[in-house]
Amino acid sequence: MSDPRELYKATILAHERAPRNEGTLEQRTHHARGSNPLCGDRVDVDVRVVDDRIQSVRFVARGCAIAKASASIMTTIVDGRTVEEAKASAARLEALLERGNDERDEALGALLGVRSFPGRTRCATLAWTTLVEAFDADT
Amino acid sequence: MLREQFAALDRDVGGSRLAYLDNASTTQRPEAVLEAITRFYRSSNANVHRGVHTLSVEATDAYEAARGRVARFLGADDPRAIVFVRGTTEAINLVANAFAPTVVGPGDEVLVSALEHHSNLVPWQMLCARTGAKLTVIPLDDRGDLVLDHFDRIDERTKIVAVSHVSNSLGTVNDVAAIVRAAKSVGAITVVDGAQAVGHQRVDVRALDCDFYAFSSHKMYGPMGIGALYARRALLESMPPWQGGGDMVNDVTFEATTYNEVPYRFEAGTPNVAGAVGLAAAMDFLDAASIDAVAAHERRLIEHTVAALRSLPNVRLIGAPRRRASAVSFVVEGVHPHDVGTVLDTHGIAVRAGHHCAQPAMEHFGVAATVRASFAMYNEVEEVDRMVAALEDVRGIFS
Repeated sequence: MSDPRELYKATILAHERAPRNEGTLEQRTHHARGSNPLCGDRVDVDVRVVDDRIQSVRFVARGCAIAKASASIMTTIVDGRTVEEAKASAARLEALLERGNDERDEALGALLGVRSFPGRTRCATLAWTTLVEAFDADT
Repeated sequence: MLREQFAALDRDVGGSRLAYLDNASTTQRPEAVLEAITRFYRSSNANVHRGVHTLSVEATDAYEAARGRVARFLGADDPRAIVFVRGTTEAINLVANAFAPTVVGPGDEVLVSALEHHSNLVPWQMLCARTGAKLTVIPLDDRGDLVLDHFDRIDERTKIVAVSHVSNSLGTVNDVAAIVRAAKSVGAITVVDGAQAVGHQRVDVRALDCDFYAFSSHKMYGPMGIGALYARRALLESMPPWQGGGDMVNDVTFEATTYNEVPYRFEAGTPNVAGAVGLAAAMDFLDAASIDAVAAHERRLIEHTVAALRSLPNVRLIGAPRRRASAVSFVVEGVHPHDVGTVLDTHGIAVRAGHHCAQPAMEHFGVAATVRASFAMYNEVEEVDRMVAALEDVRGIFS
């Protein structure tokens, strides 16, 4: 069986305990709420986009360690990036978590422990799919 | 050995022997049930109520014998009071869609409890939206017991009282007989969700005196996809059909159709005959094991679990009902139930983590989710001890 410590790596636990960019944005240009009805996990993502570039991003998550850490890691990756780059990262994570994929990825590395726990994939992707939804929605 | 009857228990998960503590979701099935299903398909497989040929007669006999078996198991005096359905959810939807509109109108009230599984809540919300009736709620106290004083405040506007026999999330055993008495005093019809009760304790619908009682086969060692609704005969007779199709009719022309008698009127289409046969086999199995012995065994498991979890400093039990059966819900402080569930799984321990389709009950205790250990006749104290030991690993990882 997979070692749970493969999933709960130090990076994941560090982000869960001290999340980056937690909170809301008063001057957001985009917002979305994502939820996983199976477990009740919920994440709100606020983004401020200026000239197609992410000026700031915040999240509020209610859920497991994986969902929270993934949201926190996401904000550190997409902050300052263009909308297209952020969407590409989201698509990249989804592709990496597909069964049988054993590619490496430096930025997303900590989240790839989820591969051995297919029941938890949605916990890791929730914040990312919510971010993409936010781009397609207004405030 | 009892456990040897359940092939699925004889496997490893992650290098450890499986400890299956998710029985409130679904139990495992004994060989006797699997054999009965296979025997039906191998030797008597045919459609029911249709053919004059031998196999069809045998299939019809097996299906109707299963109906009689269910009636006896629930203490109902008449097999015609039993409607076969897909499970508890379909049974409740049948009552909410076919029967309820005959008694519920605008301004009336439908009373549910704060403990209900979504399957005994959402169909009533939908009914209220359709009819203009109001959904009202029996509140929970701090222990996770229903506040039965609430019944002092209801009146003739309450037409239906829908309540679970045993809560799937907290394990609370509701005093259904008292609830039925209170409901009757205002003329309300009672609908009992017995999904977590049947197979765990003796259920006698006549002693409970309820009007409807629903349960699922797969939560009591039978196959998935079948369950039954017990209904008082007079109510069934007054209930219009819901789904139309074959087997539920007597005579069909383009101008008019006359409906079959009860309960067949409510069983449109080819029924799950093998499922009914498997369900009857599960009831035989339970009777052979003695339902009272099963109830006593599960009570010991629960007492052991509650005591063991209380001794852990970082674990908080959710709910402390006066009478508890089948399930124990808890949280590990600072660790989300999903993360607890994943770590336990790596030790071969299967529990449920989530809101258990009972979000209002979770909200009452200020949690979005819990870890739930739920028991069946084949569980052992040693499995509980393994879960408690694995919770130490949870603490190690997240501390």
